[in-house]
Amino acid sequence: MEEILRYLDPYNKILLSGCGACVTVCHAGGEKEVELMASGLRMARQKMGKRIEVLEITPPRQCEPEFALEVADTFQKVEAVVSIACGVGVQTLVRHYPKTPVFPGVNTSFLGETITHGVWEERCQACGNCLLEKTGGICPVTRCAKQLLNGPCGGPSNGKCEINQETDCVWQLIYDRLSGLGQLDKLEEIIPAKRWGVESRDRGPRRMVREDLKA
Amino acid sequence: MKAGSHLERVLEKGAFAVTGEFNPPKGNDVSVIKRKADLLKGCVDAVNVTDNQTAIVRMSSMAASSLLIQMGLEPVMQITTRDRNRIAIQSDLMGATALGIRNMLCLTGDHPSFGNQVDSKNVHDLDSIQLIDCVRTMRDQGTLLGGVDKIEGEIKLFVGAVENPFADPFEFRAIRLGKKVSAGADFIQTQCIYDMNRFKEWMKRVQDRGLHEKCHILAGISPLNSDRIILQWKKKILPQVSIPEGLINRITKSKDPDEEGISVCIEQVKELKEMKGIHGIHLMGTDLEEKFARIVDGAGLLPRPKVE
Repeated sequence: MEEILRYLDPYNKILLSGCGACVTVCHAGGEKEVELMASGLRMARQKMGKRIEVLEITPPRQCEPEFALEVADTFQKVEAVVSIACGVGVQTLVRHYPKTPVFPGVNTSFLGETITHGVWEERCQACGNCLLEKTGGICPVTRCAKQLLNGPCGGPSNGKCEINQETDCVWQLIYDRLSGLGQLDKLEEIIPAKRWGVESRDRGPRRMVREDLKA
Repeated sequence: MKAGSHLERVLEKGAFAVTGEFNPPKGNDVSVIKRKADLLKGCVDAVNVTDNQTAIVRMSSMAASSLLIQMGLEPVMQITTRDRNRIAIQSDLMGATALGIRNMLCLTGDHPSFGNQVDSKNVHDLDSIQLIDCVRTMRDQGTLLGGVDKIEGEIKLFVGAVENPFADPFEFRAIRLGKKVSAGADFIQTQCIYDMNRFKEWMKRVQDRGLHEKCHILAGISPLNSDRIILQWKKKILPQVSIPEGLINRITKSKDPDEEGISVCIEQVKELKEMKGIHGIHLMGTDLEEKFARIVDGAGLLPRPKVE
């Protein structure tokens, strides 16, 4: 909140935008969070003696151009925008509104799975070169702190990662899974050096084109 | 001979090898290296030079290894995948061999969160098994990883790896050792042994797979010295290394825990020397060089063999 107040300092009328998709599901940037944050900002600025007007909006999916363009009128009325959608949503607004500053209101953390109500865990890093068929469907690229592809390091004890006792050692999970499936022979195979440079992020931002869907 | 290092010659001759461990200084003070080298000379066949162990920044293992050669000690240079991608790794292997380094221990490396630069970006372009495969490819095929680009000169390296028989999942440990041997490991150094029963159980699995005939296994030894250190070791430093209660009691209740720690190591070495598939010991621990000499002497491993 302090960080957001700092970069909003020069502005007196802003738009706070949420998103009705993923960030609503994970309670980080839906309509309810927009409402809470807007009143938080108003109160904080009032205390500072610098009142701020905060408009609120939550398009169904901020990362789709149709929805982003629907808020054009509202953009005209404000000096700056804070988006509590993910980093993709922030950049959709940036792409369509070259004259209005857009700030991120959350730190987008990871692609997660809902473990139970209120608990999410990272499951996929979108590495572009899926190994799940070799590892019992459990991802060591995402879930090993050292991204080891050929088995555990020397650190795990009692099935937990040496770096964080709350984190399961992914290689324990893989071992248990393959053991249950009667496929422990899969562990004997050496997975060669991964192609980080071709399919993954290390070659720069990725792009997907589906000719059949293009307008 | 794959590399013709002194360590390789000792092991190929069938002698019981002794390696030690050496942490480079946290700076560039060469006198520290000289002092430690003098303590180790004559008591080990080769000495591991750690690569920013526990992610604490120290002088590079390549530079310290090169200095040790000048001082008359044979280094086992340690190289981790934590801080280098495959470009830097292969470049370093070329440089290290040009400097006369003949033994290379391939590791993933301790996670940066244990060290003194916790915000660093870890690399892990390769894992330790892929690194072993990379070194073997450079040595045996004379090419870079990928098998295409030819190397000028020869990369003569005796390839080492590590295994921790005490970490979980236990059943995976011998499988993983097998992968390291398949990838090209010539010798293995184990994590330090306190739980001899578990070590024997692991060795049985190693023997069942015939791995003890495909690589040289050096058993890790590290003297415990006081109840404070035992407790610290048990709870914080190495939670995955089990220390049996009996051993803790023996050392903490003795009149001189320091001496008792050395006695335990001497007994362990004597037992390991008779174990099928154990071809040597690896002495570990920071600033314990003086104790290394006493253990090696006490276990009847002096003088160290001369090999041609």
